[in-house]
Amino acid sequence: MKKIIFSLLMIGLLATACAPAPNVGAIEPPYINTGVDSDAWATVPAGDFLFGQHDHVTYVDEFQIMVTDVTVEQYANFLNNAVASGDVSVGEFELEAGEVIWHREGAGGFYEGDPFDGYKHEEEIKAGDKLYISLEEGLRMTYDGAAFTAMDAYRNHPMTMVSWWGANAYCEYYDTRLPLEVEWEKAARGTEITENDHGRPFAWGTEIHGNYANYYSSADLFEKMYGKLGNTTPVGFYNGQTYDGYETHNSVSPYGLYDMGGNVWQWMGDDHPDQHYRHMRGGSFYTYEVDLRVWKFNSAGPQHYAPEIGFRCASDD
Amino acid sequence: MQFLSKRFDYLFRSTRGLTLVAIAAVSIVTGIWGTLSGPMVEWGVRDITVKMLGMDLIQAEREGRIIMLYHTIAMTIIAIEVYFMTEILPMKRHEQVMINGTITVGYLLAMIFGMGFAYFGHNFAFHGLFLVGQSLVFFSGILLVIALWPWKKEYLLPEDTPYARTKKGVDIERAAFFVMALATLISATWGAVAGSFWANGHETFLAEDLIRIPHKTALQKAIIGHLHIMLTLVAIGITLIVGKWMDFKGKLHQWAMPIMVIGTITITFGALSVVWMPWAHNTIYVGSVFVMFSALLYVIYSWDKLIKEGTADIEKPNFSQKMKALLDDPLKFGPGWQMVFMNFTVSGVGIFMAIKLTEIFRVWPHREERITLTGHWHILASLIATIILFYFMDLSGVKGKLRKWAGWIIIIGSNFAFGAATIFSMKRLFVSDIEQQPLVNSTMLFIEFGLGAVLVLLAVFMGWRLIDLFVKDGVWSNEFEAEKKSNAQADIEDQKRKLAELEATLKEVSK
Repeated sequence: MKKIIFSLLMIGLLATACAPAPNVGAIEPPYINTGVDSDAWATVPAGDFLFGQHDHVTYVDEFQIMVTDVTVEQYANFLNNAVASGDVSVGEFELEAGEVIWHREGAGGFYEGDPFDGYKHEEEIKAGDKLYISLEEGLRMTYDGAAFTAMDAYRNHPMTMVSWWGANAYCEYYDTRLPLEVEWEKAARGTEITENDHGRPFAWGTEIHGNYANYYSSADLFEKMYGKLGNTTPVGFYNGQTYDGYETHNSVSPYGLYDMGGNVWQWMGDDHPDQHYRHMRGGSFYTYEVDLRVWKFNSAGPQHYAPEIGFRCASDD
Repeated sequence: MQFLSKRFDYLFRSTRGLTLVAIAAVSIVTGIWGTLSGPMVEWGVRDITVKMLGMDLIQAEREGRIIMLYHTIAMTIIAIEVYFMTEILPMKRHEQVMINGTITVGYLLAMIFGMGFAYFGHNFAFHGLFLVGQSLVFFSGILLVIALWPWKKEYLLPEDTPYARTKKGVDIERAAFFVMALATLISATWGAVAGSFWANGHETFLAEDLIRIPHKTALQKAIIGHLHIMLTLVAIGITLIVGKWMDFKGKLHQWAMPIMVIGTITITFGALSVVWMPWAHNTIYVGSVFVMFSALLYVIYSWDKLIKEGTADIEKPNFSQKMKALLDDPLKFGPGWQMVFMNFTVSGVGIFMAIKLTEIFRVWPHREERITLTGHWHILASLIATIILFYFMDLSGVKGKLRKWAGWIIIIGSNFAFGAATIFSMKRLFVSDIEQQPLVNSTMLFIEFGLGAVLVLLAVFMGWRLIDLFVKDGVWSNEFEAEKKSNAQADIEDQKRKLAELEATLKEVSK
């Protein structure tokens, strides 16, 4: 019995001997200029491509898509403009999901709601004022009562802690929209046929190594600073440049897009009937490399926001 | 040459030897393929394994590979349970030989060629042999069901037996084994039928990826039902086996066995009816209650037995003496404890998820719900593996301090790991994404430490058994001698019975 108690104590000591790990919300990295223009857009031409893990030949019309995720700075600018134009208000918002209701201080605006069919487990997304961002730990901008300002270190990082409503509102404000899943996937993998007649599994090709993208335990610059879970990297970070001795792979997609695998999940524009979960694509710095495969998706209710979720916009024009 | 043939005889013609080979096979597969995920990837071990063995890991085929890996391991675990069953349940000697021989060839073919197909290029001859292997495992299941037929005259129990029996003397424990084996065959067919549509309209998927898709096809539902019930039936199988090990009998046995039969039938029907019945889950809940209640009766019996045996020389044992007796033999205490522990890490989590699905789990991102689902069945599978280890270590004659150390390392290591894994998988209940890092780090540490301890112990145990094979009069030799003796006695009994039957026939003819 004494030995068992001793063993338990040893295990306890081992566990408590580890230094406390920092929260993602409590860290501030150095500002890194990647040289990638976050205002740039790319054209994805019309045509067939191999869609999904099982490579279904699918046609997609021509569309435009942002080269990078929307940055914190871009989103702060949007909020300031939208508050001034009356499209966004700052205050308390009610959130509802799975029979639970709670309130958050933040910025938000009107959403027209989703069609409701009363299907099993279907969440009703009613019309009303919805929360875009919550003024809480992890938000990478400050609000002084009059204006939103991106934190300096994070101004070229992807905008995170933004709900689907917040992402959708951003794109709509600039007369664009969130990409559909089929569009996003084509933009990520292109039309190339690779190993065993499959389409590209990753935006940059068939292989993945730590310096290709920002994913869980990829040993990137930020994981070295802040531990395994790491942090977001600035948009376009994996562009072949070397930062402070850390050499990145140029992980650009066939159409010139960055961060189409890892860094942050990206909200998609599709409304899936009979459930209304919003899908996300691309994997994130929180997830293993398998989630970075172009067909993998995650999902959550439109009210959800997290430090590993961002977005980019698409357009038909 | 004799050196080799003796060892070969032991390894492939005795229950202990066959079990040892199967555990070694699972250990090798787990050891190699375990390097392809989790911390091994982070430490760069995966890249070494892939390069050294020349694996061909195409990203789009990962899910298919994993499914073949699961099947390979499952076939071997089923083989181990079958070896145990053919040893502990009365049956004719030739039946035992046929069943064990068929399943051994089956699981080895499935494992060698399944892994060959999945991880080393797609040679379709290998895929064919993988299917041949699985078919042989299935065929051995048919032989087992025939051998277990509980209404045979020679297997009826007398009225004064302490074991569960019907009024006509049918051994209900044997019936429980029979029903479990039959249900396994039906459930395997369920998966095979769905699998036969592969590449013909049915696409490979992992069940946890489909949870939020509102409209699933009948084939997808069939596979979801199949995988759930197969693991459940393996769990029922090991529960019945350890019941025999502990000589489960008396009043509790008389209650537990009919309940187990009803539970097995109900839960199997529930899981398979997912394909067409919208309220299939309710049937599953009812079946689960029966199965779990039966297991609870086993736990009560086995712990009570351990306490009584451990305090037999004390007139009025107090609480601490009783506890000491209960915990004295971790290998025998372990199976019951793991079943209790399972309620916190598997059944409890499952029930909690079902009750709070829309309130909690569907509010989380899919990935979090997926982690919880994947976690709970990995834990159940691993708990079953630990119970098999307890039993096999006991069969191997592990005694004294080694027995205690081995038993407690398995219990404590696995409980730390699975407890931490449960907390990790349910972390959104306690922390937000923003604050999760310290919790993730600590739970990961416990998981790695706990599993590491169990795996090191397994490696040491298997290493000892391997070295023992080189010793002339090692444990293997004694086991083989003992088994040969009991087989010879069984053969004599068989011959006597046969002789009596022939004499009776001759008498009848001569009239």
